[in-house]
Amino acid sequence: MRIKCPYCGERPNEEFTCLGDASLKRPTSNEPDTMDEWFDYVYIRDNLKGRMHEHWHHSGGCRSWLVVDRDTETHEIFGVTTARDYNAKGKV
Amino acid sequence: MNRYSIFSLARNAVNYHKDWEKAWRSPDPRPTYDAVIVGAGGHGLATAYYLAKEHRMTNIAVLEKGWLGGGNTGRNTTIIRSNYLQDESIAIYELARSLYEDLSQELNYNTMFSPRGVMMMCQTEHELRAFKRTAHANRLAGLDCRMIDRAEVKRLCPIINDSPRARYPILGAYYQPRGGTGRHDAVAWGYARGADDLGVDIIQNCEVTGITREGDTVTGVQTSKGYIKTNKIAVVAAGNTSAIVEMAGVGLPVESVCLQALVSEPIKPVIDCVVMANTVHGYMSQSDKGELVIGGGADGYNNYSQRGAFTSLEHTVTALVETFPIISRLRMMRIWGGIVDMTGDRSPIISMTDVKGLYVNCGWGTGGFKSIPGSGFVFADTIANDRPHPIAEPFGLNRFLEGRLIDESVAAAVAH
Repeated sequence: MRIKCPYCGERPNEEFTCLGDASLKRPTSNEPDTMDEWFDYVYIRDNLKGRMHEHWHHSGGCRSWLVVDRDTETHEIFGVTTARDYNAKGKV
Repeated sequence: MNRYSIFSLARNAVNYHKDWEKAWRSPDPRPTYDAVIVGAGGHGLATAYYLAKEHRMTNIAVLEKGWLGGGNTGRNTTIIRSNYLQDESIAIYELARSLYEDLSQELNYNTMFSPRGVMMMCQTEHELRAFKRTAHANRLAGLDCRMIDRAEVKRLCPIINDSPRARYPILGAYYQPRGGTGRHDAVAWGYARGADDLGVDIIQNCEVTGITREGDTVTGVQTSKGYIKTNKIAVVAAGNTSAIVEMAGVGLPVESVCLQALVSEPIKPVIDCVVMANTVHGYMSQSDKGELVIGGGADGYNNYSQRGAFTSLEHTVTALVETFPIISRLRMMRIWGGIVDMTGDRSPIISMTDVKGLYVNCGWGTGGFKSIPGSGFVFADTIANDRPHPIAEPFGLNRFLEGRLIDESVAAAVAH
């Protein structure tokens, strides 16, 4: 699997570290009745079989945080963007 | 059931082994079952066997998408040990290990349990300290395990590189003499034959495509072989468990990743124990055929493809060549991957769910094979009585919400 870093170009996956699902939203409230939201955020994972958006860190390269749109069954990569752009636009 | 013995072997030898009956039937599914188990791997088949044997539930089916024992049951490195850190883990893994001891007699099927001893290397001061802590915990729990020094490691495993100048020198090891290996296919086949003999229907090539509910209660499963009505569904599908319980609207704290293993060409006996080297991420034993069976760390990203990254294998092999210099010129014959389901605390989930009649047994991660008999035993009890078995209770799904994690990320054999 090779990931096309927006800054460094196509690089082998051992240069990257995966940090999992990029679609998770951190709850903003600390009220006791939002514990279910925290539980979902901290533990529950969609564990998608198919396309998912993931955080990848180019730890062995430019050290930028990326969001990769990848298929977990075929490892096909549909797009890569920076985490900053992903958060602004909400898509890869 | 045709019992296997020296006499049946001799009798069949006379007929050139033409008359052996099939070890299990291949029935069509009935329209209704008392319970349906999804996944005919070791855990699912053991669950079916103990449901039938211990709880007299014989109107049950085990559904399997592919062929039985074709998932992680046939893809692991067959290591059996119980020297975990936490009391809850020791209870279930030691139950499993002790059931393995007479499993061949229990099932009348040779599962080739070989208590050849498992050594877990200590190659840094921190690792030595962590294993000493585990050793004390295990001693309090009554486990037969002990710390051994470098000289004894060398005596038990002469091919190991014990040079004090090694990158990661051997400082000692944590040794469980009653741990060892088993024949993973035989465990699945033995349980399948035993369960089938008690009346359980094992239905292969039957994929679950949906779970139907009425309110908060399950009513049946949609499968590629038609609809099956049932009030109890037990999902034991390792890496695919998330996808199946999703059909009933249940989310799990589990992620699926690939764990790879490989075997070398067969050579003469060089190692008669299991060596696990956690610091360098590799473990090795020798099969009866003479192949060195090697495993390493899991890949660091979600994966459903049963195919891992080459870099993980390279990492494992590099580490093992450092630890066992004589293997450096061996050719590797086969590599493969299995999709393991990882929880945050690296402990399994054996649990009822918010949906009545839906039970899950998953999250075994890299430690599934060693726990098959114990997991099946307590899960069967949980399903039959609709309440958690005392040994299964700490592994309930509610432990995450309650912050009651059973942290085994240190005691697990590999980095993940």
